[in-house]
Parts: sequence; structure tokens; C-alpha cells
Amino acid sequence: MDFLRATSWAEALRMKADRPDATPVQGGTDVMVEINLDKGRPAALLDLTPVTELTEWSAESGNIRIGAGVTYTRIIAELADRLPGLAQASRTVGSPQIRNRGTVAGNLGAASPAGDSHPPLLATGAIVEAESVDGLRMIPIGDYYTGVKRNALAANELIRAVHVPVRQGPQYFSKIGTRNAMVIAVCSFGLALNVAERTAGTGIGSAAPTPRRAVEAEAFLAENWNPGDPEVGRRFGELVAAAAAPIDDVRGSRDYRVHALAVMARRTLGWAWEEHRRTS
Amino acid sequence: MRVHVTVNGAQMTADDVWPGESLLYVLRERLGLPGAKNACEQGECGSCTVYLDGVPVCACLVAAGQAEGREVRTVEGLASGAGELDAVQEAFVECGAVQCGFCTPGLIVQAHSLIAAHDGVPPDAEIREHLAGNLCRCTGYEKILDAVRLAARRKAGQ
Repeated sequence: MDFLRATSWAEALRMKADRPDATPVQGGTDVMVEINLDKGRPAALLDLTPVTELTEWSAESGNIRIGAGVTYTRIIAELADRLPGLAQASRTVGSPQIRNRGTVAGNLGAASPAGDSHPPLLATGAIVEAESVDGLRMIPIGDYYTGVKRNALAANELIRAVHVPVRQGPQYFSKIGTRNAMVIAVCSFGLALNVAERTAGTGIGSAAPTPRRAVEAEAFLAENWNPGDPEVGRRFGELVAAAAAPIDDVRGSRDYRVHALAVMARRTLGWAWEEHRRTS
Repeated sequence: MRVHVTVNGAQMTADDVWPGESLLYVLRERLGLPGAKNACEQGECGSCTVYLDGVPVCACLVAAGQAEGREVRTVEGLASGAGELDAVQEAFVECGAVQCGFCTPGLIVQAHSLIAAHDGVPPDAEIREHLAGNLCRCTGYEKILDAVRLAARRKAGQ
């Protein structure tokens, strides 16, 4: 096993080109667990923490571009006003120590169906900025997740940033777990209302082989734009649950996940609409 | 590989470090600092909490090479001198917040970071949230919360 230490983004891209088998590491909150518990041993670690280009975020034409080294702690402290859904999801990640190290880009690299940042990224239509020595690619989030812990990155590509659209209305994230900290989601749901366009984006976590949108639920809501109507909320919840394809596992049963998703979808829609009525 | 790291103000060098090794292993097994405890090795328990460049982290999840050139402060480095206790350590002793003691170093570093960032006494909800990544299987946490409140009150001059 080798340890590669990139000190600039250009050097990181060259190292990844030379060693496509290297696993990039930022906060280490996934990668080091695998190594410590001997669940997997990468051929090499590519440490990106010295790459200062990755540690900033910036506002760019309606999006926030979050560098791959920006931690959950900073998203919560600095971006909750513009990216409320992602900030809410970030608050549910691990513990303070984990949030001080973990990054959204790391969540995307691992591409676990249970990753907390995926539902708000799907609900807002985020874009993954990936780069290699061959060039830059902007990958729509809907094309990014390709299978259980699989993503659309090429072997020589690294995630440089994720572009998340600034809120266009209330956003909520809901997650089921056995306690309020250190919980891998039993299932989770992200909702982002676009009040002006009368649409809503959705993201389902930990209830299918990949994180996914509930496309029919979004279409139903757009056609029946009355989120305050309990019947609309109930049907929206049903359609979100229908979009999931969960399994029975140690964290929960298939049936429980389907039921919980319907409840979370209905409730988050209610919270979002209530916030809209209160603030408009 | 060789790793250079400043620990509790002293420049240290660890040799023969395996590339997949954690900062925790380097501290405990190579640099003779067993204060940070090795328990879950997956970031669940917080017993290995140390400051890395002033930010509390689980040392088990930091690759040793990631600590190259950085500053680490462990529980051994909180007190100002040998034989002395930091105010948070003092409060833990006084309140009986220690039973088996295994979680204590991590809890003290994490509590230290909360109190350092606060001028007054943090609300209970904030204390609980801040310590949510530190597991204790002995105390039931009540004495630990007492100790954090006591240390915070003293710092605030109350």
C-alpha cells in the first residue's frame, strides 16, 4: 500500500492518472473505517487534504460551488441560509468529530445508498464537477449514482466540487434512525420546493440500490399544486413510497422503510408548505 | 514512511509508519502517548478524540500521513504543566464523571473544545449535541454533564 500526498490540484490529477487504483481520501470517515476494520485495502491512498484549492465554496450564477474539501461543519455554519436541505442533512451526519472531517464529496465518492447528502442533492438537482488529466466533466446528479456504492466517475477522475442550486423555496430533510447521533439512515427523504415554478424536487435515501428521485411523486405534485391539501400530501407520500425499492437488512425491514418514506414525504411537504405560508 | 507532526507543542517524528496506519496508532504505539484510547476504530465512540490543527477529530479516522506537518493536541497536552490538571479535567474529578475511565480522555478533549468556544454556560441541548459522538457505558452521562457545566461556570466566573 502506498500513500500519495497531493499538494495541489494539478498534482492530484497527475497522481490519479498515474495511479487509477488509488483511493482518494479527505476526512477518512469512510476510507479509514474500511482499512481499520480490514474490510478492504486500497492499493494506495491519495490524500487530498493538503490541496487548498478544494477547501473553499463560492457563489456562482444561482449555485453554490462547494469544494471537495469543505466539511459538513462548515456547510452547517456557513450555508444553511442558501442550502437549507443540505445543511439539515449535514447536521444528521455522525457526530461533531465526524462532521469536522467528513465532506459531501466524500459522500459522493463512497456513493453509499445511505449517504445523508444524497437526498438533498437529488432534490435540488445538483451537479458533480469531476476532473481528470483528460478534462472537466459536469455530471448531473441524476446520472451520477450507477449502483450500490458505484458512481459515474472514471478511474482517473477526481471530484473537484459539487454545484448545488440556491434555495427557491422551503427545503426539508428527514431521516429515520435509532438515536439522534451516529446513525446510518434506516431511510431518509429530502424535499425542495420551487414556489415560483410550483414544483418540488425529491430525493430518497437508503431505500433502493442507489439514492433516487421520486419522479412520479414530483409530477403528481406539479399537476396538483395544492401542497396544503391533506389528500394531496397523502397521495404524494404514497407515490414517494412507490418509487422506493428497499430491502430487508440489519437496520430495518422493507415494509418499514416503505411505510416510513410515505410518512416522511407527507410530513416534509406539510412542513415546507407551512413555512411557505408563514414567510410569504 | 516517515511522518513529522507537532504533538502538544513538541516536534515529533514517527518512523516505519505503514501507509494505512491511523494517527491514533502513531500517537499510542510510536510516540508513547496512550491518552487517546483505541476502542471502536470506526469513529463511533469518540474515545480517540484529539485536536488536529485546533479541530476535534477522531484520531482513528485520520490517516497518519494526513497529519504530516500538522499540529496535534492530545489529552496529555491540555494541562499547562506536569502534575497539573486542566480545568475540564479538574471538573471531571470533582464531579465523579469518571468510572472505568476509558471514554474519559476523549470526552475531556471534546468537552474542552465546547467550553473553549463558549463564553458562558452552554445550554444542555448544546452540551448533549456536542458530546453525542462520545460513548460512555458506565456513568449514564449525568455526572459528565455536571462536570461540563461546572467547568463552563468556572470559566465564565460564575
